[in-house]
Amino acid sequence: MKIVIQNGRIIDPSQNLDRTANLYIARGHIVGIDTPPEGFEPNQTIDAQGKWILPGLVDMQARLGEPGHNQTGHIASETKAAVAGGITSLCCPPDTDPVTDTQAVAELIQRRARQAATAFVMPIGALTQGLKGERLSEMYALKQGGCVALSQANQPIQNPLILKNALEYAASHNLLVLLRSENQQLKNHGVAHSGAVSTRLGLPSIPASAETTALARDLILVEEAGVRAHFSQISCARSVEMIQQAKQRGLPVTCDVAIHQLFLTEMDLLDFSSLLHVSPPLRSQADRDALRMGVKTGVIDAIVSDHTPLGRDEKQLPFGESQPGISGLETLLALTLKLVDEKVLSLSQAIQLLTEHPANILGLNCGSLQTGSSADLVIVDPEDYWTLTSDSMLSEGKNSPFIGWEFNGQVEMTLFQGRPVYLANAV
Amino acid sequence: MSARLTRPNIQLNEHGKLKHFLTLEGLKPHHLTEILDTAESFLNPHTNEIKKVPLLRGKTIMNLFFEPSTRTRTTFEIAEKRLSADVMNLNISASATKKGESLLDTMWNLEAMQADMFVIRHSESGAAHFFAEHVAPHVHVLNAGDGQHAHPTQAMLDMFTIRKLKGDVFDLKVAIVGDILHSRVARSQIQALSLLEAREIRVIGPKTLIPPFPEALGVHVFHDMEAGLEGVDVVIMLRLQNERMQGALLPSEQEYFDLYGLTERRLAYAKPDAIVMHPGPINRGVEIDSAVADGPQSVILQQVTYGIAVRMAVMSIIMSNAALLAQSQGEAIDSSDTEEKAATQERPE
Repeated sequence: MKIVIQNGRIIDPSQNLDRTANLYIARGHIVGIDTPPEGFEPNQTIDAQGKWILPGLVDMQARLGEPGHNQTGHIASETKAAVAGGITSLCCPPDTDPVTDTQAVAELIQRRARQAATAFVMPIGALTQGLKGERLSEMYALKQGGCVALSQANQPIQNPLILKNALEYAASHNLLVLLRSENQQLKNHGVAHSGAVSTRLGLPSIPASAETTALARDLILVEEAGVRAHFSQISCARSVEMIQQAKQRGLPVTCDVAIHQLFLTEMDLLDFSSLLHVSPPLRSQADRDALRMGVKTGVIDAIVSDHTPLGRDEKQLPFGESQPGISGLETLLALTLKLVDEKVLSLSQAIQLLTEHPANILGLNCGSLQTGSSADLVIVDPEDYWTLTSDSMLSEGKNSPFIGWEFNGQVEMTLFQGRPVYLANAV
Repeated sequence: MSARLTRPNIQLNEHGKLKHFLTLEGLKPHHLTEILDTAESFLNPHTNEIKKVPLLRGKTIMNLFFEPSTRTRTTFEIAEKRLSADVMNLNISASATKKGESLLDTMWNLEAMQADMFVIRHSESGAAHFFAEHVAPHVHVLNAGDGQHAHPTQAMLDMFTIRKLKGDVFDLKVAIVGDILHSRVARSQIQALSLLEAREIRVIGPKTLIPPFPEALGVHVFHDMEAGLEGVDVVIMLRLQNERMQGALLPSEQEYFDLYGLTERRLAYAKPDAIVMHPGPINRGVEIDSAVADGPQSVILQQVTYGIAVRMAVMSIIMSNAALLAQSQGEAIDSSDTEEKAATQERPE
């Protein structure tokens, strides 16, 4: 199958590319930009006049329901939602059921993903068995089984000795570790940020120090272990400062933020909507502004969806009893483009945070339109306004606080390995 | 352009009148004065002789207590019976939800039994809002305490007590002492006092029992009891739960009493005619000394009596607002019917 995409604006920060050109695809790979390879006879021509052509997005954190949480999504449904949002590569955290702490579970996830053939799914293995924070998992076997990194999902290791050992063992095999810093004692069963709103609403609160004290500890242990560490879903202004200082000192650390943290704040909780119950909690306006500054200045390396599809039964409960999480695959790109509209990011920075940077952190050959790479790409109509509705969402989880929001920039088509896997008008 | 949806105040109907009673936050001072004035009429000497009034005859009120309570439930029940409502008490924590039924299924089942009002107590902040969001339009929700969020009828009976004994809330200095952090009563009291324009609201307690962002509540914080009580008109003591010691928020009951217990000596820092209040049940020798609890400045038992009148007031206002709304909607339908008929009549055959 040979495809030519004509006259689109090709934006690929990994090649510092932003110009109108033709893009040529053959046998699932990009074979040329501007000029076709010799003898290239396309079977299909796509007119992309006035459209953007972007590398398929790389999402470092998306739950896909499988295994174990199939009632609110499975790999087939959630990867469809992913490509509808322009995401062609995604990492799924190990808090599956059973936990992704064996090669078998990691392989099962990849097998299901291959069957769905919609997007590239990369499992993240558990750092400790059962995510219990007690015994190390078989990290090397997990790597052999296709895990691109190791993490504790949202269940950080509390015992510093075990964390130290886990980091050192991972470092010995040059494994990337994703850390979500949170001190459970300071979290103390809280459900909302410790600030003006939790004070007014009487919601059990989580202080910023639950994140920052754990981050301080984790940074020291990461430095001692010499491991490649990526801090997931930072949420506080102070965390941005601490990561910046660590980078200035030359530590091999990177970090990401969940897209909803760049828009929503504790003030949005005022009517107790459980759709806004997330972990880490929505923080203050000052935190949100610092996070926005973090992505602008490059301290924060990537933006993730933190996609957590949940059913009505898990969300239709009083705030504190509901499950935390937002169904975020279909709004990751749209919200990030909104940061461009709001002059927080340049278009190139926005794309970079969703493609080149996460791919580099994971050490993977994706998130790029370089000749020879897999033809995973998105065609976006920048002039198309649309509104997110529950009916239009392809994810099995309709738990989005962004339902009713209007966005600019519609994913028109997504190609995965050179095949169209999403076409806006076909849905 | 983002289109973030703003929702109207869920506890008001389209005429801006009380439909549910969930919190005092977001209400206007006139909502509060209406409750206080109506409560006054329920204290009328002849209604005291014939205690029952037929205002809610034929209405079914269900008291749904997901968290155990004797005192609050009893005062609600008395208030409901004095309004001639049919009353059901359900101790939900021991029944449906324990069998795995979801909260909403429980509520919808009770709604199908033709309830008109739910009085809800729940351990989660926001639970009353949750019910109000999901009930049928003709059902009303009254918050009898949700988590650490709100206990609006308690706060209103406190305001009623202050008004009865001090003439007005306006311009008074009020100190609330104790565990503000975990207290739904204190949050609602603070909102009521601000709406009724008390001159100064003080909270007194160690930092471990004060919310993280007290400025959001518009209060002055004191960690020293004597300084906090200086010149106040009203002292509201809060109950101290035993688990505060286990949670390492306080070293001991003894040290708490030594620092924040209300004794006659400490009360002397307040104005000589200051009143002492407590939402009950009181812990003698922990937050309050018996000499003060039983002393001439204590109005603790009057609060309990007034609590019934205030709860009667809230329920009767909500039900009469509903009746007025139904009547105005009925009139609107009638008048549109008439217009339609008139138009039909004018049409030539």
